[in-house]
Amino acid sequence: MEALTNRSKAVDRRPMSVWEKAYLPEIAKGMGVTLKHFFKKKPTISFPEETRPFSPVFRGLQVLNRDEKGRERCTACGLCAVACPAEAITMEAAERKQEEQHLYREEKYAARYEINMLRCIFCGLCEEACPKDAIYLSETFTPANYKRESFIYSKQDLLIPDPVTEPELYKKALGDRAKKS
Amino acid sequence: MQFCLLAITKAFLIEKAVLITIVIAVSLVIAMYSTWAERKVAGFIQDRLGPNRAGWGGLLQPLADGMKLFMKEEIIPNASNKFLFILGPGVAMLTAMMTSAVIPWGNKIEVFGRSIDLQIADINIGILYIFGVVSMGVYGIMIGGWASNNKFSLLAALRGASQMISYELAMGMSIIALLMVTGSLSLKTIVEQQSAGWWNFFYQPLGFLIFMVCAFAECNRTPFDLPEAESELNFGYHQEYSSMKLGFYLFAEYINMFISSTLMATLYFGGYDIPFVNDANLLSSLGPNLTATLQALALFAKIFFFIFFFMWVRWTVPRFRYDQLMNLGWRGMIPLALANMVITAAFMLWRHG
Repeated sequence: MEALTNRSKAVDRRPMSVWEKAYLPEIAKGMGVTLKHFFKKKPTISFPEETRPFSPVFRGLQVLNRDEKGRERCTACGLCAVACPAEAITMEAAERKQEEQHLYREEKYAARYEINMLRCIFCGLCEEACPKDAIYLSETFTPANYKRESFIYSKQDLLIPDPVTEPELYKKALGDRAKKS
Repeated sequence: MQFCLLAITKAFLIEKAVLITIVIAVSLVIAMYSTWAERKVAGFIQDRLGPNRAGWGGLLQPLADGMKLFMKEEIIPNASNKFLFILGPGVAMLTAMMTSAVIPWGNKIEVFGRSIDLQIADINIGILYIFGVVSMGVYGIMIGGWASNNKFSLLAALRGASQMISYELAMGMSIIALLMVTGSLSLKTIVEQQSAGWWNFFYQPLGFLIFMVCAFAECNRTPFDLPEAESELNFGYHQEYSSMKLGFYLFAEYINMFISSTLMATLYFGGYDIPFVNDANLLSSLGPNLTATLQALALFAKIFFFIFFFMWVRWTVPRFRYDQLMNLGWRGMIPLALANMVITAAFMLWRHG
């Protein structure tokens, strides 16, 4: 058969020379290789203390955003759920009451908002679909869990901390990924 | 003069008891930390870090492992021979520990006005004693493998026995050549000769090579770990074992490794002799206790190098096939050892006229 590339190497099937048959020199060579590896820098990342740097376009866990007054931005339009190729998002809309104006930015809000993290493929289409900048993908990933049910993230799990009452937590959760707040 | 032989005083007994306790404790601790070192070396050679979570640098890992072994359920299979099943690990451990009795760990020290030899028993047939005990080591494997009443274990036991017998021959013959050079069977005398002159390695490089390869085979270490070849025999002769009985087998292996490192250092690399230093001068300038400490440190430095070497080889060389093992043993090692013996004998005769 003709070679597809010129990188392939034919297997050497010549009988072993006396030097190779003596076995020990070859072992010494091998031990040299392992010794070299012994002193090599290790690529291990000791996880909880060190984390792997993510690329700037990394798409991680979803976050439901709030505006600068701490009101939820989501208006439960359902565009994200439609855009989602894995059908991971479900939501239920509700109408904002008069006394709830400090909680929700728009007149309609998501009473229930769930993302099944086992279905989610972290494609980021929900973020692109959202007209209100209410959802974006953060720099963390879904932590492991013991139960399948625990992977269905409710609104409480997804919402970013309130920038008015918990500014530090908000800043930490925001990272440098959110578009203008 | 007749009573001298029976002059076992109380002080003598206490002295030996303390020495035995120390030697056993040290061998156990070294065996324990060999498991840690093994995993660390394996990790480093494979570009990993090895255990590093339990304590600083993973130093508490052996304790955690030991605790795990103690806590596990002790299973004795129904179809096994219960007595032999329990005897197996005991024999393996016993023979592993007994060998250390004749090894000189250093020169004399002086405590409480007594001059104490850092050696449990300086018997004049030291090497023969070691061979006797080491060859008992195969019983641990044989009994364990047989009593398990499991085909794989039995196969492993058979392999272990035939391997040990094959390599003990070559080992014995390499030692005979060494004995021709030293003219003594006492390990103490051998070390003292090396302190005064050159190390035996320079007289017997081929003998050392054969001895080392056979020591690998005797300890069931890779590339000769056929009795416990996980990919062929599941877990070999300790497949049916659990809890601390398994721990005993694993421990005995590491103690064996420690003892054979000690033997290699003692027989071929000067034992407790400190290289490039005249020990007699040191004795007069530093006093006996400090000298003995330094000598023991020198011996342990050599031992640790050999233990590292054992691990280094283990993580470099793949396991032999069974026919290759036998081929190397009978058609490689034994003729080499014979040739070495004959050449040494001829040389000794020529030198003595």
